[in-house]
Formats: sequence, C-alpha cells, structure tokens
Amino acid sequence: MQTSPNIVAVPAPVRLLMRPLPLLPLRLMLERLVSGLIRRRPGLFLRLDHHAEKVFLIDPTDLPFVFRLKPDPEHPSVEPLRRERAGAWDGRIAGPLGALMGMIHGTFDGDALFFSRDIIIEGDTEAVLALRNALDDAEIDLMEEAAIAFGPFRPAIEPFLRNVTPVAARITGLPLSRSDENEVFT
Amino acid sequence: MKPLELVCPAGTPAALRAAVEAGADTVYCGFRDETNARNFPGLNFSRAEMEESIDYAHRRGSKVLVAINTFPRAGAPELWRAAVDDAARFGADAVILADVGLLDYAANHQPGLRRHLSVQAAAANPDAINFYAETFGVRRVVLPRVLTVQEIAAINREIECETEVFVFGGLCVMAEGRCALSAYATGRSPNMNGACSPASHVHYKEEGSELVCGLGDFTINRVKKDAPAPYPTLCKGCFQAGDYQGHVFEDPASLDAATLITEFASAGVTALKIEGRQRSRSYTKTVVHTFRKAVEAQAKGLPIMANELQRLTEGQTTTSGAYSKTWR
Repeated sequence: MQTSPNIVAVPAPVRLLMRPLPLLPLRLMLERLVSGLIRRRPGLFLRLDHHAEKVFLIDPTDLPFVFRLKPDPEHPSVEPLRRERAGAWDGRIAGPLGALMGMIHGTFDGDALFFSRDIIIEGDTEAVLALRNALDDAEIDLMEEAAIAFGPFRPAIEPFLRNVTPVAARITGLPLSRSDENEVFT
Repeated sequence: MKPLELVCPAGTPAALRAAVEAGADTVYCGFRDETNARNFPGLNFSRAEMEESIDYAHRRGSKVLVAINTFPRAGAPELWRAAVDDAARFGADAVILADVGLLDYAANHQPGLRRHLSVQAAAANPDAINFYAETFGVRRVVLPRVLTVQEIAAINREIECETEVFVFGGLCVMAEGRCALSAYATGRSPNMNGACSPASHVHYKEEGSELVCGLGDFTINRVKKDAPAPYPTLCKGCFQAGDYQGHVFEDPASLDAATLITEFASAGVTALKIEGRQRSRSYTKTVVHTFRKAVEAQAKGLPIMANELQRLTEGQTTTSGAYSKTWR
C-alpha cells in the first residue's frame, strides 16, 4: 500500500519534552486565533451550517495533547487537553500533526489520507466532512492567523514568523504554512 | 493536433481556482443544494460564489459548467428551474442536466444556454443520445462508465453531438441515475437528494485491528490494519454469495484511463472528465496538473505517464474500468 508522502511524525524526544508544558498559554493563543477567524471569515461558518454547533476532537497522535474544538460562531472555543481528559465529542479526526496541518494548508488531500489510513475519522462523519470542506475552502495559513492573533504586536511578530517558518518547516518536515499555489508545477 | 478538452471538478471556489490555475480548460461545479449530485456537507457554491467563480474562470480563459443533474421532486420543480435560470444569469458556459422535464424547461426558457447531458441520464447508445440531441438541443453527452473504447467509437460514428468521457476518479459502474442501492440502505436517493452514500449515514469504527465501515444499518466493509480504507458504497462492499466472499460487484478501485487518452481521441471523444468534486483543492491541483501534461503529451504524440496518482485514490489502486473490459 502506498502512503501519502512527506508525512513526518513529531519525534518521540520532542513529544516527551512537550508533555509537562502548561496548556493555558496555548489555549489563550488558539482562542484568539479562532475568534479572529470567525470574525474575518463568515463564509467558513456558512459552510459548516448546523455542524458549527458540534464538538470536534482534533487528535494529533504524535503530540501529548488533543484539541477540543467548538466552532460555534457565537461562543467559539478551542481547548488543548491531555488526551485522557478529552471528554465527549461528536466527531474525531486523528493522525500525525503533519497530516492534520497538511490538510489545513492544502498540502494533502483529506480523502487520500483517509484511504491510506494516515488519518482516522470517527463519530459524526457528516460533521467531520463539513469541517474538512469548510477549512479546505478557507485556504487558511496558520502562521498568518497566528500573526494576526497577536493584535497590536502583529507588525513586530509577522516578519519574524515569515522568516522563521520556512526554516522551521524544512527542519521539522511539517507543512507549517499554506501550500504554495504553484508548488506542484516545480 | 489540438489537445482534448480537460473538464475538471470543483466542490468549492478554492478548488475552482486551483483547477483553473492548474490548467483546466473547463471546470464543473454545482449549487449548494440538492440540485446537483454531489450534495455533501460543506461543499458547493452559493449564488454569490457561483457568480464570482464564473467571472474568475472567464477572466483566465476557462469555461464553467453548472451541474444540475439530479431529478426534480414531483410537485417541486422550482428549485431546479431556478438553478437553470441562475446559471444562465451568471454566464455559465453550459448546464449539465439529466431530467427530461428540466431539459425541456432549459431548452424553452434559456435557449441560449448550452445543454450537456449528465452521466446521470445513462444515455449509452446512439438512439438515446440522438433523441436528447434532437428533442432538447443537447450539444454534449457525458457517457456512462460502462462502455468500451470500441463502443464509444461506434456511438460517435452515429451521433452529431460531442461526447465527454470520465478519465480519472471514483468509479461508478451502475446505470447512473437509476441505481437505488444507496437509497435502499439510507432512505435518501442519490438521484434526487444528490448524494450516494450520504455522509449522514456513514460510520467508521475501529474494532481491534479492523476498521469497520458502515452505511445505515449495514456493515459494508471490514478492513485489516494497514489495508486501504474504503468509503462505504454498497457497490464496492464485501458480500457473501454462495461460497464466494468478497467484492461481488466492484473492487474499491478508482478509474485512471490516462493511458487510453490517445484511443479516446481516435474514438472521436471531445472532452475528458475528471471526477472528484467532493475532494480537496490539493487533489484538484495535483490531478488537473497531471492530466494537463497528459493531454498536451498526447497532442504532441509523446508518451503519457501512467499510474502517477495512485496515492490519491480509493483502494490505492486504479483500473481502466470498462474501457478495457478486463473485469470479473
């Protein structure tokens, strides 16, 4: 069986180092990011339709924590949680961080990752599909969104992120930013 | 020689832009409702998105076809008729229709809008195709995926309108537009509600080392660890028939007829269709780019690369399907 190329797992030592890290700063950062997305991209939530009320468990299997996402436009939340404290969810998408980021950034095709068993989906298939399709159409760049989430500090942060992201992507092998529209032609 | 026209899928405006940038001559898409046969959650185009996307494609030299290829519910044709009228208003290059009533409506109310016959009409012989062409002014027919290349050539010799054939993607071997397997399992008709194996009825469960794939109350497949995961469509399910247990109708393989492009051209085919409106912009970009290279190579008499896209396909294997008739 062929597997999708270029999916790298977060190395075990890095995972171990991340385990004791406090999750609150990450949570605050992610909530700002999601709130900003909701404000600036209402189309994303139109695509989600009634599935915006659902709870999604985003489970990067090579990280020591999971993300509990409620994309409700009125009260959005995204909580990083220890895996054993994930709680109830409607739909779960699990796979290596690289695969999940690659889906968001348009590097990988979600169906192909599913067919090759690189990702797993469970629970409400319709809700998961709606989320996948909405994110795919939104052409999100997480690094760009992270810079925006810094608010007034964005001008200071953005050039740094722009320089560091490609280097970090090369070192880690993770698709850290949106796939270049023309990369397929190189 | 002019390359065959490449007709490419777009489930979202982002996918449409990816298709155009990757070299699509033509993109096909649908409105976000039950008027098209890819009515999956989170997919398709609002009216505003359709208008903007058609404009985007036209400014870059690509055409847009609007699929309105489900069958209107009895007593409620307005949704489908409005889709035809809106496609015309937004400047679509053609509509892809299956229902004779809707074809008649389009021919009478939007005579300037080009009409293509959807694969959902399952027109698979010259008499049927000529009927649609003569009665409703159909200019192109999308042929069902059950014909050999020789049969396609025979059809083209006896008809006046253009033909379009599937060249890549999900493989349906049923009499499309008439298949009731999914409706039997889910109570929702692909032909009227617009989704075969609707996601609302699909469920996956990990049981030990197996992935269990279900549709409604039916278990369609159990796949072992590391084996490719299928989407649970009944025609690609595992069944027991007598002493045989396995894929009775069809293996979960995808169509890839790249190596037959030269034969399609010789058979008089006008356009090659890529399936996959339910797939991501990444799929669209990669597949369209690959087939752009293939049709250009064919037009120049150069060899065409085969099996470049297996990793993107269901079953992780590909077949040339009925075109070569090598099935069980």
